[in-house]
Amino acid sequence: MSKIVFDANFDNLDKIREIVAEAARQVGFSDKEVYAIQLAADEASSNIIEHAYAGVTGGKLEIDISISENKLKIIMRDHGKPFDPASVPEPNVKAALSERKIGGLGMYLMRKLMDEVSYESSPETGNILTMIKRLGDSG
Amino acid sequence: MEVTTKQFRNCDLVSVNGRVDSSTAPQLAEALENVTGNGRYKIVLDMGGLEYMSSAGFRSLLASQRLCKRYNRGEIVLASVPERIQEALELAGFTELFKTYADPIDAVGSF
Repeated sequence: MSKIVFDANFDNLDKIREIVAEAARQVGFSDKEVYAIQLAADEASSNIIEHAYAGVTGGKLEIDISISENKLKIIMRDHGKPFDPASVPEPNVKAALSERKIGGLGMYLMRKLMDEVSYESSPETGNILTMIKRLGDSG
Repeated sequence: MEVTTKQFRNCDLVSVNGRVDSSTAPQLAEALENVTGNGRYKIVLDMGGLEYMSSAGFRSLLASQRLCKRYNRGEIVLASVPERIQEALELAGFTELFKTYADPIDAVGSF
């Protein structure tokens, strides 16, 4: 288990993708899966920085990565605005150009790229996003 | 991330290298806005040197495509899309919205 606290800043996305990729390679994921995990972690972090900490400076993003024989688990904690993923409508990825909405795309990609995505929030713990990817599962 | 723009007679070739994420996507958006700001709406985006693109980059592509296609005055097409990025674009349903070419020169020739 490694836990790292980042300033909630887009400049840290490179570093976040790097540590996530390193852990994913240790588990034995393919290059395609490593990219998918990086993208999911980036979308999750970007959402936290952009939405949870909207208009806030000095916010922190804590990332816990744990690996086991066939599984990678990423937990992201923040103390920004709580957010209900169920409130984000799934984007229509078949809509015509003029109807296309970009909102919700990050969350949609996270769900498609990872095997499990869950979210909990309380005033004591802050917001906790958990993402899991298993070796051998498709997606 | 680096973006360079080269003007051809019938279109502009915008080459993007490195990684496009929430931190760098504004630079890509700015480069595309510089082209459309000159009244040029036929654009080839050469992605051959691109290592990574998140939905922040997809958002710029979508905004530019809407602008370029308005009044049928042009469009933005993609060239040399790396495999990983192509997979993410497919997942997002973006491959339906952009013509893609294996070679940027073919893409330039298509205009």
